Amino acid sequence: MDETKPVEDWTTDFNIFDPQYSRDPAPFWSEIRQTCPIAHTGRNGGLYMTTSYNDAQRLVRETDILSNRQISIAPMQADKDLLADYHTEVNPPITMDPPESIAVRRLILPFFSVKAVEKHRPYTEALCHQLIDGFIDQGECDAAEDYAQQITPRVIAHMLGIDETRNEEFVSWVRGLIEDGFSDFDARRDNLKAMTTFFQDMIEERRRYPTGDYISDLITKDIDGAPLTDKIIVNLCVLLLIAGIDTTWSSIGSSLFHMATHDHDRKRLASEPGLFPSAIEELLRFYAPVSPGRIAMKDLEYNGITIKKGERMMMNFPAANRDPAQFENPDEVILDREQNRHVAFGIGHHRCAGSNLARMEMDAALRIWFERIPDFTLTDPGAVTWSTGQVRGARRVPVKF
Amino acid sequence: MFVKVNSKRCQGHNRCGSLAPELFDTDEFGMAFPLYHEMLPPELEEKARLAADNCPEYAVLLKK
Repeated sequence: MDETKPVEDWTTDFNIFDPQYSRDPAPFWSEIRQTCPIAHTGRNGGLYMTTSYNDAQRLVRETDILSNRQISIAPMQADKDLLADYHTEVNPPITMDPPESIAVRRLILPFFSVKAVEKHRPYTEALCHQLIDGFIDQGECDAAEDYAQQITPRVIAHMLGIDETRNEEFVSWVRGLIEDGFSDFDARRDNLKAMTTFFQDMIEERRRYPTGDYISDLITKDIDGAPLTDKIIVNLCVLLLIAGIDTTWSSIGSSLFHMATHDHDRKRLASEPGLFPSAIEELLRFYAPVSPGRIAMKDLEYNGITIKKGERMMMNFPAANRDPAQFENPDEVILDREQNRHVAFGIGHHRCAGSNLARMEMDAALRIWFERIPDFTLTDPGAVTWSTGQVRGARRVPVKF
Repeated sequence: MFVKVNSKRCQGHNRCGSLAPELFDTDEFGMAFPLYHEMLPPELEEKARLAADNCPEYAVLLKK
């Protein structure tokens, strides 16, 4: 099937890689939601997609049938082969299901509690200042490439306790994996291999000289009395990279895009810093980046449709966040929105384990940007680009100030 | 007004804790629990409503 042919009917043939959809998917979601809220496409090997808030709330709780075993809608079989030495079949706990995933989630959740992530705020703030120092005198920069995308890999490196002198190397692997790796299997393999070797060495080093960081702590933990294997520790580190980097940089980049293109919101946030907490939730709602997949382990009858065993479903949390049945004026950013049960971090058992870290990074990145660059606009609206697929966000946001 | 957290539904989003830190705290896994078991002082009722209205899991329960 030609995956790039134009879409005739969005409810039976949607295409999440369509360029117009990537730029602004909301009108497509609205059309689908009104006619057939669970859409299907034969593209990408066949896929369902939710668009309503209520369906996302209900289906996410069907964990016995809709499994997390396959969260990518573009399955990368290659990873399994490349990582045969490290991969336990799954990438725990995100590609596991309850009850097995409960114990693994409990291993990592304490690292991401509100109190635990606050410990990384001073580092994050100093980093934001340092990045701005680098471009503020030029009067222009790319708010996504030079700022958002520089923050999150370094914060994760800091959390993992990576030696500062190897930071640049680490960041280049991560970017190689996330950016080039999506379309280039060789790049993906090479970067993944470099990373797993690196973590394996770190595990050995931390066994000898624990430092109290993420890896040192995981080494001391167990599941039902069995110490964690190196495989699972490597996988938990790789998960932190995959889940914690382009997701949060998307949210920061999209937020700055919004502020560069909406004078009223920009001026309001600059003059009323008390709005930051609700504004961040609203930007998370409006520009939610992540739509994880599920795979049916048996047939599921739901609202008159049958999702057959082996078929896949994309939990479209960003579309749920624009459902008028749940949100008043859903396609409007309202910085002081009072009722906001948005689902940007997913809902149910697999709620993003790093949501507190992502919120802290967004808060630090936006506050410091606004402190130092309260007034900014796009240099060239035509130069803005968006990533597409399951992690959507602004990737190029050239601004002047 | 009384406030409760349904621990079977709470997934640790911490929306209640950030909107109403006087009323909710979180355990080491990030799951919420209420700080008041008795009737809320009237001045905290609005905050309790805000917390309930923003929980994406519908885990914050208010009782008159």
